Formats: sequence, C-alpha cells, structure tokens
Amino acid sequence: MTALLQVRHLDAAYGAVKVLHGIDLSIDRGTIVSLLGANGAGKTSTLRAICGMLKRQGSIVFGDRDISASATEQIARLGVGHVPDGRGTFTLLSVEDNLRVGAIFRKRNADIAADIERIYGYFPVLKKRRAQQAGTLSGGEQQMLAVGRVLMARPSLLLLDEPSFGLAPRIVAEIFDIFRLLNQQEKLSILVVEQNAHLALDIADHAYLMETGRIVFSGSGQAVRDNEHIQRAYLGG
Amino acid sequence: MELLIQQAVAGIATGSIYACVALAIVMIYRSIGHINFAQGEMAMFSTFVAWQLIQLGFPYWAAFAATVVMSFMGGVLIQRVLMQRIRNAAELNQIIVFIGLLLVFNSVAGFVWDFTVKPFPTPFGVAPFFGSALISAHQAGVIAVVVLILFLFFLFFRFTRTGLAMRAAVNNGSSASLLGIRVKALEALGWGLAASVGAIAGMLVAPVVFLEPNMMAGIVIYGFAGAILGGLNSLPGALIGGVLIGVLENLVSAFVPVVGGELKSTIALATIVVVLLVRPQGLLGHRIAQRV
Repeated sequence: MTALLQVRHLDAAYGAVKVLHGIDLSIDRGTIVSLLGANGAGKTSTLRAICGMLKRQGSIVFGDRDISASATEQIARLGVGHVPDGRGTFTLLSVEDNLRVGAIFRKRNADIAADIERIYGYFPVLKKRRAQQAGTLSGGEQQMLAVGRVLMARPSLLLLDEPSFGLAPRIVAEIFDIFRLLNQQEKLSILVVEQNAHLALDIADHAYLMETGRIVFSGSGQAVRDNEHIQRAYLGG
Repeated sequence: MELLIQQAVAGIATGSIYACVALAIVMIYRSIGHINFAQGEMAMFSTFVAWQLIQLGFPYWAAFAATVVMSFMGGVLIQRVLMQRIRNAAELNQIIVFIGLLLVFNSVAGFVWDFTVKPFPTPFGVAPFFGSALISAHQAGVIAVVVLILFLFFLFFRFTRTGLAMRAAVNNGSSASLLGIRVKALEALGWGLAASVGAIAGMLVAPVVFLEPNMMAGIVIYGFAGAILGGLNSLPGALIGGVLIGVLENLVSAFVPVVGGELKSTIALATIVVVLLVRPQGLLGHRIAQRV
C-alpha cells in the first residue's frame, strides 16, 4: 500500500513560539487515521501546518508532490479537503451557496449540481435548510455543512479537526457514520483529529498520539487501546 | 407639493452619486474591516485623469471608459503595493496610511493640475429632461448610469463564480483559502472595483460641483453617511442609504428654513451620529459579534 500523505520531520511555529517538533506521520490510501491527544498537544497545529496555514519546515509529500512550500489555496486545489476547527462556515451565505463555494474551482455546472444533491443525500437536513443563511444553523448542522462544503471540492484526503466538538452524541454518531461510508464507498482517505479517543479509535485503521508537539505513540487502533499508559491517560481505563 | 417632488427627485439624483461613493466604501470595509478615508480623493484624482483625457481631445465616453479602467488598475496597484504590506498592522496604523493616501492624492492633484476650479462636461446636457420641470437631463443621466452600474454589480455578486468567491472570502477568509480561493487576489479585485465605482461617482458629480482637488470633500461625507445609514457591511444598504441621504439633504434644506443651504452638510454628520446611537448596524447591516 502506498502512502497518500507522508509527513517527515515537520516543525511549525506561531511567530517565535515553536509548537510542532519533528512530526512524522503517514496516511495510506483508503485508510482512516486518527490523531489523538489532550488540549494543546498540537493536533490542530499539525493540520494547519500540513495546509500551509502555519510557518513550517520539513517534508510533506501528498501523492507524489512535495507540498511543504505550497500555499494553502494551492494545497486545497490538489485535493486536500480541510474541515477546520470552528467549522469555517460562511455565515452570511445561504446553505447552498456554502456548498457552491466548495466547488468554486470545478468547471462543469452539471457535476456541481449533481454533487450538491449527493451532499443533500448524506445530510438531508441541509436540503431542508438550503435557502437559509448558514449562520443561523445549529452546531450540528454547521458541522454537516462544513463537511459537505469540503466534499464539494472532491478531495482525495479529508482532514477533520474535532468534528465531534460541542455536538450531541446522536449527531456525532450520524456524522461519523457518514465518514465511514465515504471511506468505504468512495475510498476517501481521512485524517481525523479528536479529543474523544473512543470515538476516534472506533473508526481508525491507525492512530497517532501527540503530547506537547510530538508524536509519542503510533500503532493500530487495537495497539493504542492495549497500551496501559494511554488507557489511563485518555480512555479512562 | 411640486417643490416637494422636485426636491425629492433632485435628491435621488445626488443621492445616487452618494450611493456610488457609499458602495465603494462598503466594498473596502467588507474586505478589510476599515473605512478607506482616501476613497473620495481617489475618485477626485480619477476625475482629473478623465478631464485631462478630454483636454487631450478624447470623446467624453472614451475618456470615461479609459478612466474607469485606469482607476481599476490604480486600485489594484494600491492594494498590491501598499495594503498587502500593512494588512496585519495595527488598526490605527492602517487608518494613518489611509489618511496619508488622502493627503498624497490631494496634493499631487493640486501640484499637477493646480487648485483653480475647472468646469467638467456632462454628456447629458443641462437642459430640462424632455421638457420636464422636475428633472434635468444631467440628473436623469446620472440616475440611469448609477442604476446600470448597480445592476451590473448585483449580477456580478449574485450570479458569477468570482462574485461568489468574493462574498465567501469577505465572510471568512481562512475558510475560503482552504477551499482553494485566492483571497489576496480577490482583495485586489475589490480595491479595483471600488476605485472604478468611485471614479464614476467623481465624473458624474464633477459637472455639478466643478473640478478641483477638494471637490470630493463634501461628497464623501455624504457617502460615509449613506454607508453608515445603510449598514457598513451591506452593499444593498449602501445603495439605499446613499439615496436616502440625498433625498433627506434636499428636503431638509428646502423645507427647514434654519438649515437652508448653509448648514446642509450638518445633515450628513447628524445622520451619522443618530444612526450610530440608535441602530449602529444600519438599516440592512448585520451585527458582528466579536470575541476579545
């Protein structure tokens, strides 16, 4: 199996404050990888560094291209779909316009219209709210919209930043079911950042654990569950 | 009654010019979060360019079109050379840059074309519009041009991909760039469009107020007032606010003897104060909640 994303020795900083120290991680094609860790461990920063939203150093290879010097919008166009923390909703645009923005650099209108219907198929509540201003949606609906918006770009890799944050368990289950579906049916590769370790391990083929800007453990979902230290610190065992 | 209608119609004509200025102000405000205080002077400078072209023998509409294009390029250039560098600077620093820009345009225009008042032609003529006592041909022409421009803007923002991308970039820049939108390029486009609309406002108002480096000083106050009345972050608001200010200005000065012609510009300032006190988000604007 070949890696879709290969990150090596990645350092990143906010201004003078270094937040990532030599991150190594890789995502195989068609797999779901989760990135776990406590608040402030550097999970969000890792995603931002991959997408060029932070000053970074090291090598980031996506497909067969080195994107470590590419601009954020260029990385997006190559097929990295980043659902940011805070959901990144275009609050003043309608729900449907939010989806259209996701497809902004695709050419064929017929394909775009078909994809909008596809997203409505995954998240029927969005169809009901299609003409509504997106800022008026509930948190769960905005999370669905955020995922839908990014899917509109037809990415080959999905980066999800705490998709469960602040949502009711029922909604979380619904959204994670869709992630599984996307992974199985469309062979979409996914890197999911989560504080909710149980949730993330259930879905993941492989997991990384971060502490203070470093990867401290890497292994299959089961290996992570079996690790005593992790059990105590993150799984409440 | 006839005076009332006449004043109201004349108010709509000047108000549509204020609406153009307000539109330019709102476009910049939406993309960078500040008011561009140099917007009026940029418009004045563009009008001088048009005047120069006409002096060189260009027909009016050729000069008009060339000026719009050059103003667009000038706006893009200002964003590229200046604004890009200070976009992360403190708010006060940015405002000082705008004021600096205002002084530069004003002085350079005075230096190149001097401060004497120059007549500026109108392509519509000054005769009554089809013999109507209500409205002159110039006023009717102004309204027609502004309506056309606003309609084009509406089509652009509503139905084109670039328009959608601009609305998205203004609403949430980092989220837009994660979708592949080149936010900086769109910001430059916004500056270009704002400069073009400002130039059109300048060329339309110059036949009335005459051309000189301080020509826009009075107009831009009404533009600000219109933008604030309509809501600083709403493009339709800018249009409605601008027209309302124009009508209000004319009616108050015609029917409230104390105000008359002398205290006219007080109306704009009073409107700003009242709106900011009573409804700070303006008629069509939305509140922005900011966590600090």
